[in-house]
Amino acid sequence: MEHRLTTPLTKEAILKLKAGDILYLTGSVFTARDEAHRHILDALSHHRKLPFGLTGAVIYHCGPLLRKTENSWQVVSAGPTTSERMTQMTPALVENTGIRAIIGKGGMKGIAPLLKGRCVYLAYTGGCAVLAAEGISRVANIHWQNLGMAEAVWEFEVKDFGPLIVGIDSYGVDLYEKVLEKASEALKAIVMASDSK
Amino acid sequence: MPIISRDFFVKNIIELIIQSETILPEDTVIALENTWQKESNTVAKSQLSAILKNIEIAREKKHPLCQDTGIFIFNVTIGKNIVIDFDINDAICESLRYATETLPLRPNVVHPLTRENSLDNTGDGLPDITFNLTEGSDFEVFVYPKGAGSENMSRLAMFKPSQNEEIKRFVVETVFAAGGMPCPPIIVGVGIGGSFDIAARLSKKAALRPLDEMNDFEQELCDAVNTLGIGAMGLGGDTTALAVHVNTAHCHTASLPVAVNIQCWANRRAHKKFV
Repeated sequence: MEHRLTTPLTKEAILKLKAGDILYLTGSVFTARDEAHRHILDALSHHRKLPFGLTGAVIYHCGPLLRKTENSWQVVSAGPTTSERMTQMTPALVENTGIRAIIGKGGMKGIAPLLKGRCVYLAYTGGCAVLAAEGISRVANIHWQNLGMAEAVWEFEVKDFGPLIVGIDSYGVDLYEKVLEKASEALKAIVMASDSK
Repeated sequence: MPIISRDFFVKNIIELIIQSETILPEDTVIALENTWQKESNTVAKSQLSAILKNIEIAREKKHPLCQDTGIFIFNVTIGKNIVIDFDINDAICESLRYATETLPLRPNVVHPLTRENSLDNTGDGLPDITFNLTEGSDFEVFVYPKGAGSENMSRLAMFKPSQNEEIKRFVVETVFAAGGMPCPPIIVGVGIGGSFDIAARLSKKAALRPLDEMNDFEQELCDAVNTLGIGAMGLGGDTTALAVHVNTAHCHTASLPVAVNIQCWANRRAHKKFV
């Protein structure tokens, strides 16, 4: 099924999404990778207010490439980065900020139970950085720019950003896990064949 | 008499870097198109469509295909009759610094421990430049930008010489462990033999080979990898690997080193024949 949603995302909106569905997103997304996650977690643990609101927000695992023009930024390439690196830092983020969706690539092992009833994981095609840039209409804000271009938090205004595949829905269904279950059966068959030789 | 001026060389290397980042080689585009055509899984098909569209936009706009513009590997083939009156390493670094600023490329190169970014994609040991000396008058430069998503999924093992049955298992297990993380459909480079470091080199070389016919062993490995069903981006599908390439070298009678290097679908490479 195909969906079109606008941010901020409500709980009702994300409950409609099922693993394997296609989604196009309009509104704003916040890029965050390793360093930004560390900074958000640090602020949360010290009860410091974040410089940006995350209620109903969408986090994008992305270290973009931009070109600075006279008085603005041009997004050159902005594809997803490997989400797995953020897995350990994600529970604190989901539990304490009210984010409703995480966009990334490759999935995050074991987080499906954490997302239940409140958040979804959306897969953007890895490497499709110029296609992603086409879906970003402007840079609305930059936070923590001192972390460098890739690690800063970029607030992007997006229009029909996608196709995003619902990789993990809010009912505990994890498409990656299903694929890996099947793959592990295939692997077992190969291992058994090699052991019997 | 020197046959090529430094200025001419630098100008061409900058062009070559830009080409490698913006235009995917024809063999890879064809392989991806064929994969799209054959794919029976609709989610995988949507991922492959996005990839093909992305390749098209990058070429038209002259923008890097992927925001991970990689670290740089250069291979220089130089014949014994070629006379060069400048430092090739230095000229390549200058070209890379220039391309980093102008294309732009993402500054990806950091100190391994302090993580301090050099901001110009050069550093100790990077770019990786190797020279092949040949007879005659060849002068050719190959460039390969390599992203971290796929490189991070690579593995190496030192097997016992009696364990050659383990090779297939090791290759398939490596692809299984990588799942959707290295941006499949991938190309798998396998290096067998040599030593610890030679095997790693061989696997990288194998991953970067043109996508030509696979031999029987390579085809067997490729079929085994594709039974996993990981598919494009790990969301399930018929094709996990576009190809498996194996390069071998003789090794010590007591060793069996095996390295697996993974290359994402953005199989970027370009070369320029100066002479």
